[in-house]
Amino acid sequence: MIPFDQILVQIVNGLVNGMILALVASGLTLIFGIMDIVNFAHGDLFMLGAYIGTTAFLATGSFWIALVASVVVMAVLGAALQVTALRPLLGRDPLTTILATFGLSLVIQNYALWQYGPVPRKILEPVSGHFRLFYVEYPWYRIVIALMSAAIIGALYLFMKYGKHGIWIRATTQDRVMAAAMGIPVPWVHTVVFAIGAAMAAASGVLFGPTVGINHAMGFDFTLRAFVVVVVGGMGNLGGSILASIFISLLESLATIWVSPAQAVIVSFVALILTLLIRPTGLFVPTPK
Amino acid sequence: MSAARARGEGPSAAYWTGFVIVVGALALSPLVLPEFWQRFATEILIWGLLAMSSDILIGYTGMVSFGHSAFFGLGMYGAAAALLMLRPPNLWLALAAGLVAAAVVAVFVAYFSTRLRDIYFSITTLVFSQIFYVIIFTWTEVTGGENGLTFRQPPLALPGLFSIPFTRNGLHWFVLAVVTVSYLLLRRVTQSPFGMVLQSIRENEPRTRAIGYHVERYKIVAVMLSGLFAGLAGALYAVQNKFAAPDFVLFLVSGETVIFNVMGGMGTLVGPVAGAAFFLLMKEVFSRVFYEYYLIPVGIIFTLMVIFLPQGLLGFLRRRLNQ
Repeated sequence: MIPFDQILVQIVNGLVNGMILALVASGLTLIFGIMDIVNFAHGDLFMLGAYIGTTAFLATGSFWIALVASVVVMAVLGAALQVTALRPLLGRDPLTTILATFGLSLVIQNYALWQYGPVPRKILEPVSGHFRLFYVEYPWYRIVIALMSAAIIGALYLFMKYGKHGIWIRATTQDRVMAAAMGIPVPWVHTVVFAIGAAMAAASGVLFGPTVGINHAMGFDFTLRAFVVVVVGGMGNLGGSILASIFISLLESLATIWVSPAQAVIVSFVALILTLLIRPTGLFVPTPK
Repeated sequence: MSAARARGEGPSAAYWTGFVIVVGALALSPLVLPEFWQRFATEILIWGLLAMSSDILIGYTGMVSFGHSAFFGLGMYGAAAALLMLRPPNLWLALAAGLVAAAVVAVFVAYFSTRLRDIYFSITTLVFSQIFYVIIFTWTEVTGGENGLTFRQPPLALPGLFSIPFTRNGLHWFVLAVVTVSYLLLRRVTQSPFGMVLQSIRENEPRTRAIGYHVERYKIVAVMLSGLFAGLAGALYAVQNKFAAPDFVLFLVSGETVIFNVMGGMGTLVGPVAGAAFFLLMKEVFSRVFYEYYLIPVGIIFTLMVIFLPQGLLGFLRRRLNQ
């Protein structure tokens, strides 16, 4: 029999991981919803964001300055990547965007390896206390991660719902041509959305940084998981991918009670395949009428 | 192509002349190349076969598979299993075992992934290959885990007739023969009525369905066919290198396979082989300048090619090659 407290600890873990994943995935789904771009490099933006966080942290000594610096740098980089590599692909088959972003992913990954070397790096966590959760000393910082992620996602939601530019973004998602006809600068909306996606990936990278060793290969893992949750949640559906992130992370956390973390990934893959077979539009979207 | 067929013309003399020249050059290459490049040429052929196999899906059916490493890797492990368990090791049984292993995986992958289209198909194949990677990586007792499996190279033998150990040249010619036969088979498939249906799925799936073709069934067969040839490439690679390792099941191999197709020119069968040669050559050259960071320039060139040269290097020959 599995002890009840072990399940509860894994549920907390799953929620925390789910919030980080939600932050990564909402950027991915935002980009997909607007530009039909399947961003294969999204996890690598996450990874590069974390590395830039380490650099900024070494320079300033403040975690929060590092977080902001990384977000700003990655937003600029994201905008630059969109303008140079993705804007020419607008209107082509979405599959070509997978190929182009796959190329970018190779470049970013190996650039990180070249700049930062193969030894994993760490950022010092800004909140160091622990509290007692059944049989473990649970770090407060992990709770901070979950709250920060929720705050960023909430801010994005409010911006999209009420901000003037958020409304532009939603209009572009719904009908690109009509939005352009209404005077919305669609190409710039695309660039800004990619920058927002990259910035959110960077934010999650820096937040996640203190809990693991940052290495150049960690991005792919997140790309794959973000794909899984974005598909399970319904491509381009922000709320759905947040719920799916939490759902998938809970599944994986609970699975680690029985199998090794490496094998627990299979649980989420199976969830993806079942979703695609039973409800390809996503688990967390209303049934189309 | 169909017009040429209707007029009763076969493939042009120019095509067959080119074919003989290229195969002849590949056959003679080990006699003139220095040792390192001999091995290199054999590798190009094997990766070329993998690229060709995925072209059936990417170029001809319009399904971009990001999971060919699963078929390739299982072909490798299948051959390894046969070589380790059977005494004396037999080349033909090793290749057959590789094919069977790849076929089993292909049935499984095909059944689920063909229900989905476009990017969803790509993501599903990618996820499947990762599932097999995790299984192979963590099931250490059977697969050797991270270390993989090593074995001895089987001799080239026909029962009762002869049995000679492979020399480097002998292996090159054997691989060349297998790849050439595979090419001719795949070319025949793409020109058959079956291949025509695949191409019509690529051009317009709803219409193909409306005409009355059972699209899903065709897609399943296409994935299985593609998986079989990818498995053959994996088995050959295992025989050449005398090991099977989980790295070859990793998605990077799938990604490289897609790169071969895009660089060389999808939908030509020959293009992906040229793409493989181009990629491996670039890798070789850049890794002398940039060491282990060679993927930075390769990635930039690849991205530029996706944007500016979507037809690939041999795309301009597409018509002629399919004649």
